Amino acid sequence: MTGNPTANILEVDHLSMRFGGIVAVKDLSFTAKRGDITALIGPNGAGKTTVFNCITGFYKPTTGMIRMIHGDSREFLLERLFDFRISKLAKVARTFQNIRLFAGMTALENLMVAQHNGLMRASGYTFLGLIGSPGFRSAERSAIDRARYWLDRIGLLARADEAAGNLPYGDQRRLEIARAMCSRPALLCLDEPAAGLNAREGEALSELLRLIRNEHDTSILLIEHDMSVVMQISDRIIVLDYGVKISEGTPQMIRDDPKVIAAYLGTDEKTAIAVMAGGA
Amino acid sequence: MAVPKSKKSDGPDVAAPALNQQTATRDRSVASIIKNAVVSALLALVLFSLMIGIRTETGPSGQLTYWTRFGELAAVVGAVFVGSIIVETIKRWTGPLGSVELPDTVRRAFSVLGRVLIPALLIFALLVPVIFYNQRYLLDLGILVLTYVMLGWGLNIVVGLAGLLDLGYVAFYAVGAYSYALLAQSGLPFPYFIETYPYVAIDFLQLGSWAFWALLPVSGVLAAFWGVLLGFPVLRLRGDYLAIVTLAFGEIIRLVILNWQDLTGGPNGVSGIPRPTVFGIPLTPGEDGFAALIGVPFSPTHRLVFLFYIILALALLTNWVTIRLRRLPIGRAWEAMREDEVACRALGINITTTKLSAFAIGAMFGGFAGAFFATRQGFISPESFTFQESALVLAIVVLGGMGSQLGVALAAIAMIGGFELFRGLDQFRMLVFGGVMVLLMIWRPRGLVSHRAPSVFLGRQTAIPSSMVKEGDG
Amino acid sequence: MDYFAQQLINGVVLGSIYGLIAIGYTMVYGIVGMINFAHGDIFMIGGFIALITFLILVSMGLSAVPLILLVMLIVSMAVTAVYGWVVERIAYRPLRQSFRLAPLLSAIGMSFVLMNFSQVSQGAQVKPIPPLITGGYTLHDSGNFAVQLSNVQIMVVVTTIVLLTIFSYIVSRTRFGRDMRACEQDQTMAALLGVNVDRTISMTFVIGASLAAVAGMMYLLYYGLVDFFMGFVAGIKAFTAAVLGGIGSLPGAMLGGLAIGLIETFWSAYFSIEYKDVAAFSILIVVLIFMPTGLLGRPEVEKV
Repeated sequence: MTGNPTANILEVDHLSMRFGGIVAVKDLSFTAKRGDITALIGPNGAGKTTVFNCITGFYKPTTGMIRMIHGDSREFLLERLFDFRISKLAKVARTFQNIRLFAGMTALENLMVAQHNGLMRASGYTFLGLIGSPGFRSAERSAIDRARYWLDRIGLLARADEAAGNLPYGDQRRLEIARAMCSRPALLCLDEPAAGLNAREGEALSELLRLIRNEHDTSILLIEHDMSVVMQISDRIIVLDYGVKISEGTPQMIRDDPKVIAAYLGTDEKTAIAVMAGGA
Repeated sequence: MAVPKSKKSDGPDVAAPALNQQTATRDRSVASIIKNAVVSALLALVLFSLMIGIRTETGPSGQLTYWTRFGELAAVVGAVFVGSIIVETIKRWTGPLGSVELPDTVRRAFSVLGRVLIPALLIFALLVPVIFYNQRYLLDLGILVLTYVMLGWGLNIVVGLAGLLDLGYVAFYAVGAYSYALLAQSGLPFPYFIETYPYVAIDFLQLGSWAFWALLPVSGVLAAFWGVLLGFPVLRLRGDYLAIVTLAFGEIIRLVILNWQDLTGGPNGVSGIPRPTVFGIPLTPGEDGFAALIGVPFSPTHRLVFLFYIILALALLTNWVTIRLRRLPIGRAWEAMREDEVACRALGINITTTKLSAFAIGAMFGGFAGAFFATRQGFISPESFTFQESALVLAIVVLGGMGSQLGVALAAIAMIGGFELFRGLDQFRMLVFGGVMVLLMIWRPRGLVSHRAPSVFLGRQTAIPSSMVKEGDG
Repeated sequence: MDYFAQQLINGVVLGSIYGLIAIGYTMVYGIVGMINFAHGDIFMIGGFIALITFLILVSMGLSAVPLILLVMLIVSMAVTAVYGWVVERIAYRPLRQSFRLAPLLSAIGMSFVLMNFSQVSQGAQVKPIPPLITGGYTLHDSGNFAVQLSNVQIMVVVTTIVLLTIFSYIVSRTRFGRDMRACEQDQTMAALLGVNVDRTISMTFVIGASLAAVAGMMYLLYYGLVDFFMGFVAGIKAFTAAVLGGIGSLPGAMLGGLAIGLIETFWSAYFSIEYKDVAAFSILIVVLIFMPTGLLGRPEVEKV
């Protein structure tokens, strides 16, 4: 862990995103702390993925500012960076709701592709690599070592040479996270990592996320439906509904917030309080 | 994961029994075979009674006349009838044509064969000029085949690895050929700057007998430049939009060559292109010729043999570079881009440069091949650079199995060699060629060698089945 | 101004022919998502069938021009439709669930087959016919230049409009049209809801081919000749038109056809006739740079 552990790594300021007449995200502000697992939750259509797409450069926000602050206090305004630069320069990596692995490439190759920019430099933008320079060879070896490390961590070392598309669903989820980690991100954005996982796979996932938080200098921002996962591993939770932030706090605080319950149940606050009282 | 991007069709369960002959073939009676054959024959009658039954001809006065050919019509319809019976009977035995899958053991045998095949083919290629020294025709054919092997390998980078559909590859072939021809002849790319015809009569670059060797890289670089030029407008295009733009690009280049008569000679082409030399020593019967120098009697076959080795070397260079590139980050980025462009962007891969580099490198090899073509022929004209050539090279790549180097080589041998076999068919040749293309695609939509070999592995390199590998939507 | 008006007329006529062919491309693309490369050659076959029918009719002693035209149209549409059906059945249906490039190459192969079939069966020379429809109107005569509108031109444009009307009625109002649009959206779902997908796709090819046949006949009447190679050039132009308009969009195909027809005509008239195709293709490229899905194509929404 470097830098001030309580410092912000991501500051989202007055972010709005409009698609034609539809306001998907409205004046959203929140922060994520370095070293934390921050969760973004909310009912379907709350605008969570839109926020993600703004942070990772797939959408250009209508208004607002997204500031990424690195440990060495370098700053990047993500709404100004676009596309591949967000991952390359600002070191924000992401996974996708519907897994986007390179299905026809092996697990190992997937992890090698993630280290593209470093290897590209080491290969002298291909020219040195073509003649097999020693510098590139050692860079490639260490890239393979890094891939091996992550394959080991997600328990796929034995299946490293299998096509990623052939792996079971849960393994694919974890492989996608490992692939994102291979690009050495400062911030890892996970879009519903637990979706479609069974209980055992969900447990393996939580373990992987904890490992990332504890052993690597990577903060995590995640969108999740699965409350059990969120409550278990998150340090802070931000709740969105209809593109607006309705609550923010520790898992305990969120659990007891009637506004959140109301949003999830789709009722007003009073009913929610009544439900909570009845449930308690 | 392996579902293609295009919409999926329904299974046979919802197919119309009346129209779906495949359903009909499943019931086992002979009557259905006959019925199908009759239907086919009737269809053939409708299709051919006007096109074959009537032959139109322009008379001497420009007046159109016609005569009937009912005999031929009857023969063709009869052939369709009999052919239909045969095909249906065979189908009955083997199941539908498309679904023939090789059993595992056979496939494993093939993979062993594949490992032996590559060195065997290589040794054979090296020995071709020795074995067929006295058969100029075969040597010529070998050169032709190798040219297409090289073009196939070059296009394979764009289509097979990067997953970018290119229907105008012949443009780079043309750019390479014309770059070499024009530079070697006038030495100036823009004779417009010089008023008098024939522009510059002297060998401007003073290349002399080194012309080919000096200008070969130049042609490649110029072609690569044009590849980047094509790459820019198509960066954001996908699928069929990309297809038409590349096709249009190929046509634009051809049309400009055809119409810019001052520079390119238009339809008359460029002739008198310098022939290659053995690194400065010309292959001529004179005193300073290669034959005289090594003390053997001159023979025109020497040049043929030399050309054969040049194109073999160029093709192997293409192959070597491709194999190397696949193991470099750039090659992996190409393949990753073919698999999923969005994921690539999320991993910090610059799609723009990745696409452009694929176009540039693919085009460069096309340019090399073009320069070779020009020096081999000594004469080039726009006729050699039509869409048919692009289609042929693309067919070689797809039939070979996209991304597979061996497959592309085999496909080039089969297609060009096969095309030569049908030389006797004369004008029926293209007809047969097109038909064979259709049948091959139905038989092996993913090509001859349809599995992908991983570029890096920890334990054992295991082939990835084609159903897993995407073909890109670019 | 007169010269301009004349070119406008010529351009619209040419554009109508391109548009008719382009509809075939766009329909097939919409429903099976592939480029029917053989479509240009279907157009050529349509022209040949019309030509041969014409010859037979004339040699039978028929002289009533409207009757000749009607029979030509019907025979050409019918026979060419069978060509379209057979091509789909042989070369595309086995590859429907296959990878994208296989049907494309199969289509290119089919294009070679049709082109060379026609060359082999009818010879390579150009086949001219005497003008069937003569006469026309002089719209404006300024002394040194007269704006002409010939009867053939009127017929081409009127036929195109009539066919388009019928065609849009079929697509928007009939059961077949509904089935077709359903298949465009989702073939599996359409099949589950009782749409006969195979038949709908076949019908799409049949309709596309018969429209191409009409275009072929119009070409024959307008230019007075056909040859075996005309399908390639016209096919590429029409395909360009379909893409320019936004492939998959029917109004787009017509719009693209008109655009290509006008570009070509005006370029030939004002700049150089040799570079008219270069102009058409260049404009296509430029349009696609700024509108990657054509003029009327649905913008591709990137789902992340």
